[in-house]
Amino acid sequence: MIYKVIAKPEFRKFIDALVRENTSFGPRQVDTAANGNPIYQFMPVSSVEEIEFDYTATASSAKHFFLPFREELSRFSFNDSDFKQHIAYEAEPVVLIGLRACDISALNILDDVLLNGHYPSPYYLAKRKNTFVIGMDHLPLPDCFCKSLAHHTVSTGFNLFCSDIGEKYYLSINSSKAFTYLKEFQTEEPSYEDNCLLTERRKLISRSFQTEVDVTSLPSILDIEFDSPVWEKWGAKCLNCGTCAMVCPSCYCYSVEERFDIDLKGASRNRKLYSCNLVDFAVVAGGHNFRPKNGDRLKYRYYHQHRGFAENANQQICVGCNRCGRACLAGINPKDVINDLRMEKESCMICVSQSPART
Amino acid sequence: MRFAIPRQDLNREAFASSIPEFNRRSDLMKTDMGYKCRITNVVNLTDQEKLFQLRIVEPQERRIFRFKPGQFIMLELPGYGDVPISISSASSNHEFLELCIRKAGHVTSALFRTDPGMHVAIRGPFGSSFPMDEMAGHHVLLVAGGLGIAPLRAPLFWINEHRDRFRDVHLLYGAKEPSQLLFSYQFDEWQTISHIRLHTIVEHADAEWKGSTGMITELFRDISIDAKNTYAIVCGPPVMFKFVCSYLDRLGIPMNRMFVSLERRMHCGMGKCCRCMVGSTFTCIDGPVFDYWSVMNLKEAI
Repeated sequence: MIYKVIAKPEFRKFIDALVRENTSFGPRQVDTAANGNPIYQFMPVSSVEEIEFDYTATASSAKHFFLPFREELSRFSFNDSDFKQHIAYEAEPVVLIGLRACDISALNILDDVLLNGHYPSPYYLAKRKNTFVIGMDHLPLPDCFCKSLAHHTVSTGFNLFCSDIGEKYYLSINSSKAFTYLKEFQTEEPSYEDNCLLTERRKLISRSFQTEVDVTSLPSILDIEFDSPVWEKWGAKCLNCGTCAMVCPSCYCYSVEERFDIDLKGASRNRKLYSCNLVDFAVVAGGHNFRPKNGDRLKYRYYHQHRGFAENANQQICVGCNRCGRACLAGINPKDVINDLRMEKESCMICVSQSPART
Repeated sequence: MRFAIPRQDLNREAFASSIPEFNRRSDLMKTDMGYKCRITNVVNLTDQEKLFQLRIVEPQERRIFRFKPGQFIMLELPGYGDVPISISSASSNHEFLELCIRKAGHVTSALFRTDPGMHVAIRGPFGSSFPMDEMAGHHVLLVAGGLGIAPLRAPLFWINEHRDRFRDVHLLYGAKEPSQLLFSYQFDEWQTISHIRLHTIVEHADAEWKGSTGMITELFRDISIDAKNTYAIVCGPPVMFKFVCSYLDRLGIPMNRMFVSLERRMHCGMGKCCRCMVGSTFTCIDGPVFDYWSVMNLKEAI
């Protein structure tokens, strides 16, 4: 990693040069929520003017640039009783601007799951290799809890990370590509003051978290509380809509569907992102559903998010961005569910020793 | 174009043009290309089940396709989808594969309309297998319920091919009705040639049925099990697992010598889609064969 500082006007020139020559996406306001808060999304941008560097957080995550809602995995072309299968791992270069630390952490988790285990996914790799990621730090929203999961900072998984230190950006340069492009712009070695400003900035970010979720020994609590009534309580609220998984930066479960072309001369095999909260997630042929109740499916999602699965070495895949909590139509959010699960036992009065009788 | 990001083409890398070798799962990159197979024969077993014989078309692919008893493949019907199917033929048979398939869903219904000569594709083999080597030198108890006989055929073939390495072999096989007993044409062969003690039972007898009637657990009355020296494999519907495994557990067969083969919905076979998760374990990577101890530790397993 190489560190530089760059004046903000110069930084905008650098971004503009990148944006003008590449397919680029950056945060833009797309709407206003009922409560007056702006709604941001990663949208196509063609000049630096269109990018809102001071955005809060996007409603959807950046994972869709790597795991699109629908992706063609392969094609078949038919010829009498025979067929041919075609596969191409296609991806065009893309620049992503303004990812938050938690968004980049989520990409690192996806790397772990999709590239580092058995059967690495070439579809994902093609996109990851062709994406230039520029991260930017930010002050947390009131409901962000990424600090609880230690994802409020990130040290890998990006090409360039920018910390706002007032007049300048403090750049962490993590790829030769980024370094080469930056050579054409005026950057400086960080001075003693710059380093102090960066430390101040980091402290400020760390101090600004208002939401905390206690995740210590959560995997074990989840195991022990498998049959907790908490799941039924929150399951009763769940609408099985799958919104949480769609906005989540690290949810990757999918379904594979095949469909014939309309001329019946070919067929395609498509991957669609899915959600474990959808009713038919665990239905097998013949109709048996291994998770028939709302609570079963909601529990399963929390298991995946916070207990982790064998494939990702049992690490928690939740990064604490609270997108699911903000998007949930039924008002379910991880903080309340986890606290409830914890309190279920910790607030239990049965084993508290009786107060001495009054005399 | 000084600031244009150069495009990196994955299709130029060696793996993208080579044939997939699913046996080497640690570094397999070409995850979606199947081995093309020709349906060489279709055998009607019952109204609901057929036995499909498939032969991998390309000789080189046929040469690298090797599996262990208990493993499964993803069977692809282009345009319809792909489904996990356990392999029901001998692992020593390198010429063709046998798949015993029940008509249950979208893909299998389409498959039932195919004829010999048509083509399908398979990906795999995937998953864990029965520890046939570890079982050598012991008695073997195979318990199958209904379609559960399909994944048991691979270990049965194995035992037949290595008969001197195993002691007493019992096969308990139960079905709803006599007409639903699969592979009845092989019963004599298993008993006479493989020296397997076959015990069958049906839930609802018909006029011709002369064997026992009832649940599969009743067959345990007729046999004596040397629990200390026995390995057991149990395949069947989840309800059966529960009764049979807890019975064998009471008999004293160690939990790590009892194996079950689980069944879940799968969309990838490679531990990515998460559809087959049981508790926090992938049926496709860590299973489908689990020992009973692992199953006990899996939430929502049976």
